[in-house]
Amino acid sequence: MQNSAQGIKGDAIFRGFTLLLACSIIVILLLMTAEMVKESLPAISRFGWRFISGSTWDAVQEEFASLPYLYGSIVSSILAILLATPLSIGTALFITELAPRKVGAATAALVELLAAIPSVIYGLWGILVMTPWLQSTIQPFLIEHFGFLPFFRGAPYGVSMLAAVFILMIMIVPIITSITKEVLMAVPSSQKEAAIALGATRWEMIRMAVLPYGRSGILGAVILGLGRAIGETMAVTMVIGNTPKISLSLLSPAYTMPSVIANEFAETTTKMHASALMEIGLILLFVTLVINFLARMLLWSVTRKWKGGVA
Amino acid sequence: MNSKLAIRDLNIHFGDNHAVKNVAMEVAENSVTAIIGPSGCGKSTVLRSINRMHDLTPSARVTGTIMLDDTDIYGRSVDPVTIRRRVGMVFQKPNPFPAMSIYDNVIAGYKLNGVLKKGDADEIVESSLKRVALWDEVKDRLRTGAVELSGGQQQRLCIARTIAVKPEVILMDEPASALDPISTLKIEELIEDLKSKYTIVIVTHNMQQAARVSDVTAFFYIGELVEIGETRKVFTNPEKKQTEDYITGRFG
Repeated sequence: MQNSAQGIKGDAIFRGFTLLLACSIIVILLLMTAEMVKESLPAISRFGWRFISGSTWDAVQEEFASLPYLYGSIVSSILAILLATPLSIGTALFITELAPRKVGAATAALVELLAAIPSVIYGLWGILVMTPWLQSTIQPFLIEHFGFLPFFRGAPYGVSMLAAVFILMIMIVPIITSITKEVLMAVPSSQKEAAIALGATRWEMIRMAVLPYGRSGILGAVILGLGRAIGETMAVTMVIGNTPKISLSLLSPAYTMPSVIANEFAETTTKMHASALMEIGLILLFVTLVINFLARMLLWSVTRKWKGGVA
Repeated sequence: MNSKLAIRDLNIHFGDNHAVKNVAMEVAENSVTAIIGPSGCGKSTVLRSINRMHDLTPSARVTGTIMLDDTDIYGRSVDPVTIRRRVGMVFQKPNPFPAMSIYDNVIAGYKLNGVLKKGDADEIVESSLKRVALWDEVKDRLRTGAVELSGGQQQRLCIARTIAVKPEVILMDEPASALDPISTLKIEELIEDLKSKYTIVIVTHNMQQAARVSDVTAFFYIGELVEIGETRKVFTNPEKKQTEDYITGRFG
């Protein structure tokens, strides 16, 4: 009896302890947000909505607005996702469905390895290898053949939105690929057999049984990739050119929210400058939350139809 | 009756495991052939060789011939996809496509082959579902997800999906073993009914089921075909001692 009473007491202590840990996460998040709001209040009260809609960033005149950074972050991440998604799904399908077992395993291991490379290395490679290459081959090609489009106007600088998109794409392919791979491997063979037995070719089987079954998981993988792209700082800062200008052309240098924070926080001279950077951080946090929320809604709307099924 | 399937010298290996040994048997057109035997006797392996499902397993090796009418299923120039359109399959566990509606599940086989007019699709869905006696239960909710059906309904949906593409032979791999007794009964009635149009080969664990639904019964034991004959005869007066021991419940 005594033992079991002690057990009950132990359980209560354990529960209280884990509750404390769980709460501390929420408290940290709230404290951080509160601190960011507090620190950005001077900028918020001085610039108001102009901070989001305007595009001047002048530390000397103490005139701050964040639209170019917001634009740079969102455009670079979305383009990177658009390029990375087909590439990742293709790679994952190759690994799980098409490649001989050993080749697939080797490919999967290499992809995981890519995910482990620190982002500063990607940035270094980007600035030393990729940007010069873009400047000498890809960008002149785009200007010559697609220069009539507003997206490919201007001079080939190398460092550009395009470079950021490429580097982000390379960085998020591993994470999307490896999650998609896990999702595809979880598709039961009974589903694949159902399609095959109906006379499906391998590609038809993938289209009919594999991809639909895994779609919510794949969507989750893409969202994770997007989250990583939005928050990526180092590599992007090294190749994007860090110019706070909004330009339709992908060849122009641009700037992102994490990049400006990383570049300027150490040399803030005025309170207002620091406050403006803090507000950019707040906007970044908000954008990330919105993306996560939308992702959840999307996931929910996809899986809801399956109610109680084999999801 | 004509022979629809003729199996000769069928041997199936998985790596070093010789799973099916020198099997020869014939299946008559518009008949139900039951394959029975204890677990691991190779009955499902034989069944799955008839529509080349083993092609999906890299370690599997199939030798011998299986004639479907005049076509050697394992012939050099034969495309397994065309074979599988002629030889449909129903699996042990109901496996409707969860992301598709009931309607889309029925015409899934047509989606592979490309265009299907709306009117034709409606007709195929209705006739296939009627054929499996599911129409009255689902006609008002054809657009809802297939996973909302009960297990027995799902299995009948899978049979509807199989017959919708008008195969000549239907293979059934223990189609009722995951179902409750009432659903099982419905599937058995369905098999009886489908016989008039299709040739059916069914693997079953359940000897009463084999006795109820089949015209011919084949008894397998450790990869070999021990005995094949008219179902009534196999169950009442088997030729081999092993068959008798199995059906009287002395082993297996």
